Amino acid sequence: MIGDPLTDIIVVNGLVKRYGNEVAIDGLDLRIKKGEMYGFLGPNGAGKTTAVRVISMLTSFSEGNVSVGGYDIIKDQKEAKKLMGVVQQHISLDKDLTVRENMMHRAMTQKIPAGERKKRIDKLVGYIGLEEYMDRTIDSLSGGWKKRAAIVCSLLHEPEVLFLDEPTVGLDIQARRLIWDLIRKLNDEGTTIFLTSHYIEEVEALCSTVGIIDKGKLIAHGSPADLCNKIGSTAVEYHGRDHKTEYKYFSSRGDANDFASTLGDEHTVLIRNTSLEDCFVELTGKKVEDD
Amino acid sequence: MFEFFRETYYVMWGDLKFMRHNALNILVSSIMGPLLYLLAFGFGLGQGLGVEVEGLPYIAFIIPGIAALTSLSASFSAVSARLNTQRLYYRSLDEILMCPISISSIVFGKSMQGVIRGIISSSIIFAMGLAMAPEHLHFTFLYAVSIVLSCFTFSFLGVSAALLANTHQAMATFSNLIILPMTFLCGTFFSVNSLPSVFQAVLFALPLTHSSVTARASALGWDFPWASLLVLLCFCIAFFVLNVYLIKKKKV
Repeated sequence: MIGDPLTDIIVVNGLVKRYGNEVAIDGLDLRIKKGEMYGFLGPNGAGKTTAVRVISMLTSFSEGNVSVGGYDIIKDQKEAKKLMGVVQQHISLDKDLTVRENMMHRAMTQKIPAGERKKRIDKLVGYIGLEEYMDRTIDSLSGGWKKRAAIVCSLLHEPEVLFLDEPTVGLDIQARRLIWDLIRKLNDEGTTIFLTSHYIEEVEALCSTVGIIDKGKLIAHGSPADLCNKIGSTAVEYHGRDHKTEYKYFSSRGDANDFASTLGDEHTVLIRNTSLEDCFVELTGKKVEDD
Repeated sequence: MFEFFRETYYVMWGDLKFMRHNALNILVSSIMGPLLYLLAFGFGLGQGLGVEVEGLPYIAFIIPGIAALTSLSASFSAVSARLNTQRLYYRSLDEILMCPISISSIVFGKSMQGVIRGIISSSIIFAMGLAMAPEHLHFTFLYAVSIVLSCFTFSFLGVSAALLANTHQAMATFSNLIILPMTFLCGTFFSVNSLPSVFQAVLFALPLTHSSVTARASALGWDFPWASLLVLLCFCIAFFVLNVYLIKKKKV
């Protein structure tokens, strides 16, 4: 057993993943507590998906160790797998089968007892509102419904921790909000959520703890408020006639006001609370959309 | 052991559903190639030109070979095409890999579709052969063992190809370089013994040759080549072990 199984559901120590000479994950350390809603934020190519694939045992790793629920993912694979549900960024359901067949297949491979399978599928499908789509093939569904079908499949074995890799990418705002509600409900019921996203507002809206990863390294970790305090809780956003926006961060509003008063009349100035996006840009030196 | 069979069934369940949805399509496409070989070589070359091989009508000689060939083409293509699509495009193989199922069960489960399709297709070909040359061909226990082992071998080979090929083009290249030459050269349409020894050595290094000679000997009542059955079994085990290795080392 690794970590404290009473409090930590995911423990990652010194994780390194190399592809040839390229380092995708560079000494990652993580402790995620049971029942936590953890947001893993990073620009494209930062290593978020690789980290999820390593922890969910889809990809091997070069160094370090990982445990889920106290089970080492190398030595106790089967036990660790039973605790995890994973919704991948790309829909990974069998497109030749119907929604119902995909769910039944997943229930079988998750070894849910025969008498339980239909009950669990019906319960989750009813909750998520998928009933009328059950006999349609996966490919005939819109992106939002595909994602909901994938979430149902990942929840059938009642995992203790659910990995959601970019769960709302490509979805419209209504579908996104429905999935946010579902994630909150699952977390309220005790499921630990590990959410990767490059939508900062998504992580800000949902997560109690945030880790920021860049170039395979965890560069910041804490609550959104803690992260904002690290760079200063008040932001001054200003631009002159060249429309090039500059940002300065201060630990108090008084300091921010003092600074703003030194700017000339030609500047347009906005004083506001520091956001997670400010924190992200300041720490990674880039916007989330940047590669 | 019971757990192994249970897990294998769970893995293959999705492929069984797929087969049920596409039963006619699958059946027609599985036997079309071998049927054309039967018509062209059996009737055209055999009955039309009156060719005999080793004292037998050519049609009786080639039917066990075509049945072995069918076990290759139906098993390999069924598994490789679907599994490669599931791995690279649907990514649904990931979902199975994330479940608490043993790797052996995953390899067997993903192979079973090919085994079933291979057995059905080669049985149809052999049944037609029995109707055409009843005095020469016999369905025997060793024939069944040869064909079933052959189906497992080529299904496992299909899994290997699906796990190794990272594009559809790579899969097509594998088929053209490995499967197509085996189809024509491995004693399906002629006796390997009639070739110079250097060619024989090359052909006996390929699994379909052993599949052909065991199927032919058992169906025609010749001395059974136990060594070939053993070599076929070794190929089967080697492909299975390769698949377990690829999944275990997460090279998929």
